Amino acid sequence: MTVSLTETPFDAGELLSRFCRGRSETGAVATFTGIARAEGGEANTLELEAYPGFTEAEIGRIAEGARARFGLDDLLILHRVGRIASGEAIVFVATAAKHRREAFEACDFLMDYLKSRAPFWKKEHGPGGARWIEPREQDHADLSRWEKEKS
Amino acid sequence: MARVLLFGPLRDLAGWRERDIDDARCVSALKARLAEEDERLGEALCGPGVKVAIDQAIVNGDAAIGPRAEVAFLPPMSGG
Repeated sequence: MTVSLTETPFDAGELLSRFCRGRSETGAVATFTGIARAEGGEANTLELEAYPGFTEAEIGRIAEGARARFGLDDLLILHRVGRIASGEAIVFVATAAKHRREAFEACDFLMDYLKSRAPFWKKEHGPGGARWIEPREQDHADLSRWEKEKS
Repeated sequence: MARVLLFGPLRDLAGWRERDIDDARCVSALKARLAEEDERLGEALCGPGVKVAIDQAIVNGDAAIGPRAEVAFLPPMSGG
């Protein structure tokens, strides 16, 4: 299980190849890549601030929850911090399981938690200035899916 | 002495990210110290959804601050 933050752009394809290598018992790997949107020219750059140490530990807890809940063989989360240009990948999540359903669902679960619970502060820089972003209602609604299912 | 860290909009409001503050033995005393210098920051630190972490663990209420502790003020998080 790997959770890390990086300030440098990454190649999702390369991460996937490396994640799949040497697995003989894993039957399914699912991945998600989040990309910074230009919002029709409204946003040039995204600035993502983390609390080093704290942010990784909190994401680690979310990851451990997913590993246990879906019985994953392994997972990888790589998240960008600092300034991210539109078109660049922000986050890469890969999940490995015996069968596809667990891999798909764990990936979906991890993204819903990362989008609403991960300790990041996000600022959008555009031609009209900069603004801090809070989670959308939709992000909270997405999260509640998993809480309902569990009970 | 405590190392104080501000994140997100709090950092922009205060104009600093990290400072050492003397003689603040609990969270309320630290907030009062910061409010003395900067009233707007003082108000923002008590704003809705602002969490406090001491040595990277979230604390509730008026927690004690040990010598050389790291105290972080965490405004509502944006998510990834």
